[in-house]
Amino acid sequence: MTETPAVAKPAESGKKFNIDTVENAARTPDTELPWAELGLKQNEFDEVVKVLGRRPTGAELAMYSVMWSEHCSYKSSKNHLRQFGEKVTEEMKKDMLVGIGENAGVTNLGDGWAVTFKIESHNSPSFVEPYQGAATGIGGIVRDIISMGARPVAVMDPLRFGAIDHPDTARVMHGAVAGIGGYGNSLGLPNIGGEMVFDSVYQGNPLVNALAVGVMRHEDIRLANASGKGNKVVLFGARTGGDGIGGASVLASESFDDTKPSKRPAVQVGDPFAEKVLIECCLELFKGSLVEGIQDLGAAGISCATSELASNGDGGMQVELTSVLLRDPTLTPGEILMSESQERMMAVVTPENVEAFEAVMDKWAVEYSWLGEVTDTGRLIITWDGEVIVDVDPRTVAHDGPVYDRPYARPEWQDSVQADAFTGSVQDAGRPAAPSELAAAVTELVASPNMCSKAWITNQYDRYVGGNTAMAFPDDAGVVRVDEETGLGVALATDANGRYTYLDPYQGAQLALAEAYRNVATSGAIPMAVSDCLNFGSPEDPDVMWQLAEAIRGLSDACMELGIPVTGGNVSLYNQTGTTPIHPSPVVAVLGKLDDVARRTPSGWREDGQAIYLLGTTGSELDGSEWANMRGHLGGRPPKVDLAAERELGQILINASRDGMVDSAHDVSEGGLAAALVESSLRYGVGARISLQDVMDRDGVDLFTALFSESQARAVVAVPRSEEIRFKDMCTARGFAHVRIGVVDAEGGTLEINGVDTLSLDALREAHEGTLPKYFG
Amino acid sequence: MTEQPLIGEAVAIAAEPRLAGARIGVVTFPGTLDDRDAARAVRLAGATPVALWHADTTLADVDAVVIPGGFSYGDYLRAGAIARFAPLMSKIIDAANSEARLPVLGICNGFQILTESHLLPGSMIKNDHLKFLCRDQVLRVENTATAWTGDYTAGQEITVPLKNQDGQYIADEKTLDALEAENRVVFRYVGWNPNGSRRDIAGITNEAGNVVGLMPHPEHAIEAGFGPENGSGTEGLGFFTSVLNKIVGDNK
Repeated sequence: MTETPAVAKPAESGKKFNIDTVENAARTPDTELPWAELGLKQNEFDEVVKVLGRRPTGAELAMYSVMWSEHCSYKSSKNHLRQFGEKVTEEMKKDMLVGIGENAGVTNLGDGWAVTFKIESHNSPSFVEPYQGAATGIGGIVRDIISMGARPVAVMDPLRFGAIDHPDTARVMHGAVAGIGGYGNSLGLPNIGGEMVFDSVYQGNPLVNALAVGVMRHEDIRLANASGKGNKVVLFGARTGGDGIGGASVLASESFDDTKPSKRPAVQVGDPFAEKVLIECCLELFKGSLVEGIQDLGAAGISCATSELASNGDGGMQVELTSVLLRDPTLTPGEILMSESQERMMAVVTPENVEAFEAVMDKWAVEYSWLGEVTDTGRLIITWDGEVIVDVDPRTVAHDGPVYDRPYARPEWQDSVQADAFTGSVQDAGRPAAPSELAAAVTELVASPNMCSKAWITNQYDRYVGGNTAMAFPDDAGVVRVDEETGLGVALATDANGRYTYLDPYQGAQLALAEAYRNVATSGAIPMAVSDCLNFGSPEDPDVMWQLAEAIRGLSDACMELGIPVTGGNVSLYNQTGTTPIHPSPVVAVLGKLDDVARRTPSGWREDGQAIYLLGTTGSELDGSEWANMRGHLGGRPPKVDLAAERELGQILINASRDGMVDSAHDVSEGGLAAALVESSLRYGVGARISLQDVMDRDGVDLFTALFSESQARAVVAVPRSEEIRFKDMCTARGFAHVRIGVVDAEGGTLEINGVDTLSLDALREAHEGTLPKYFG
Repeated sequence: MTEQPLIGEAVAIAAEPRLAGARIGVVTFPGTLDDRDAARAVRLAGATPVALWHADTTLADVDAVVIPGGFSYGDYLRAGAIARFAPLMSKIIDAANSEARLPVLGICNGFQILTESHLLPGSMIKNDHLKFLCRDQVLRVENTATAWTGDYTAGQEITVPLKNQDGQYIADEKTLDALEAENRVVFRYVGWNPNGSRRDIAGITNEAGNVVGLMPHPEHAIEAGFGPENGSGTEGLGFFTSVLNKIVGDNK
């Protein structure tokens, strides 16, 4: 085993550079500081000077610059994000144990169980260095979950790449998928779902989002605060190195000291083994109640951890920075404060628990160093070899950053985009109508980049580890068992549609929520909470700012209407190539609860002769659809949002699952009914005989529209013959549109749709599963 | 301090008293991932799982040992290469080679550790397609005379999950010929060889039949609804009932 020094020696080179002390800063007010290179604006630097009453030291400047960055401070979105906390009823708060603001929100599952989940972005690093960017995205979100006192139990990864046939897409795709697999598989966390979208708007700016979920007993919930004067502050896990410096703000300037080695990359490098050991070691600390407060080190590293722990607790902390264990002894104090080296945690420990804490560290061979202690001075004091280099009110660093009311306005082009409907457009010419044309269209749809099988990706992820995965990709939601005795578990789904949101950001964000909500309900789970990852372009562009403001307004209104609160999330801005922003992409994750995961509903048909029903009504809604996308059209209005109908549909799916009235359920969304029918067939290789005549007559649509329209609040379910009357009665009593569209056919090996040439399941599978291997090998 | 068991810890189930006395050790190295799953499999088979730590220097009177999957010590050097030197491993090697022939099962990383320990011949290299692969895999049971396969029938096909990056079994031709001649190939991949393993070998045993290693994960096919969708989903349970029957039989 490695020898672990309890207290590290000051770095050997500690005196090689001139230390800018607080005393020195007061004495030399006119020293030029590289605030602009560190990403601060003039007004922000002036504000720092005002807060401190003097110029900041180099170390203080480093802290403020990362903590006041857009990534850490939410300065452009804060004024809008408030709505998530405001548009909440008492009823919605009932199961929320920890809300927005902590590392992750916590929701009550009952029986003394709690669940925490959160989704975050790791977009820019994943473009620069896809493997490490995606890997450390998983690492970061998992540490957020551990910080709450939970055992992480699963991950998911919504991914958005450039055009499937662009030469650079394979680089990003291969790297990101291998990174997520390489890191997540090594942590022993099943990957239970996600998304995959190809669109040229993401070419220079892929979206790599990561979600993690963890479970704990109520009494194990931990918060990030440093309380209790005299308690010890400890940093443990990996050593601090030069990786990821300024990752949250900008690539760090080298002007601190010109004798330094070459510039280091702003992308962090992950070590999944260190993280796995850190997980087990933290859980052992929690089990022994050995920590008072805990915080992971992610964006802004020690700057973030010390200022947040101190400001959330009794308000003071004293830290000796030379005690930090380093990988690179040449790091300056500012670099140590900004480093985003992975796999590190900071904790607050009472003096009487120090010995027990060290025993756990030693057992897992985790390095640690005691940095200082909690004080009641209200100041965060950081020393370097005893000399004070930081003396700040931690609140000013962690919470009182600048807040901007960025100007925003409805873009001039929005009206003309919305006026450009697909129906009747040039791209709509020659719409398939003959049986052979419709069969070809269905096959083309399910082979298209966004609708094809994602198995090439998901087969590179371990979905079994832990032994609690009750459902995973390609079903609508991932389902994980929490309690082995009762079968209590959670379901999770993430969704976003950048095209819908581009056409109407308010509605688009609501549609993302509606789909994730529906996916969770489809599995039979009761939707409980929301986490969102808002991926947008530059907030300094009024068009983008309007998209962001509208999306937040839409999402918060919809959460209120569906009665599920946002418990946490992340905002990722400046996602653009040059001046061209990505489609606004609010990725919404919904978490639901299943009293017994054995009752989950899968998406595929199995039993011959079961009745297939379409729930919900179909309108002519092709704008923004996958079909329009395949034809190269983007315009018009996205599908209508009907949250009352989503809620009703959700109730039907949940009740039907609980009472054993359905054996399969699949939501109808991107790709319309055509995609849903093919996916339900291919899930277990069991086909069906379908007639959509009643749908066409009732809703006044033609066969093409019935198949390809993306009207919302719809699902396809398979009902056992014995349950058909009961199921129909329930739908009728709830006044929800339902129509029998066919029967499961386990013998034929085909999907037969009246008016469409017979589709063989083998051919459909070949088309569906062939696309990704064709492009990515 | 919490009274409840930590998440993932053992949940007690009523076991057949005859079997519950059997103690099966499950080894945890730093970086082991499937240890809780292996312990669950032991419990569901009716025995008592005993947690063994890599730094332990005794085997805690266990009747058999499972070395589960994962990435021991990160496997940054070569899968299993460092784990082989853990203090507990020398105890396991001695016990496996002793008169008593302690039954040892190595799954995935555990198999890699057993080859590194020279309890089993050959080695594992990266999958021929160079990617991590997770899938439901059909295996044919070729040898039912080992401590871990007695409850299967010869030629029986079972479906268990496979999930690994370094799963390609290799050995020199002489060793492969000897393994086949001595009936020491215990499992073969059926339908498709998922990693390029020589002669479709998925698992092997030592000469005495007490040590078995395989790449696929029987401990993930023990509970319907939480394992493979094809077949019963519980076709891996036989490993654990086999060794129990062997232990209980031996003790009669």
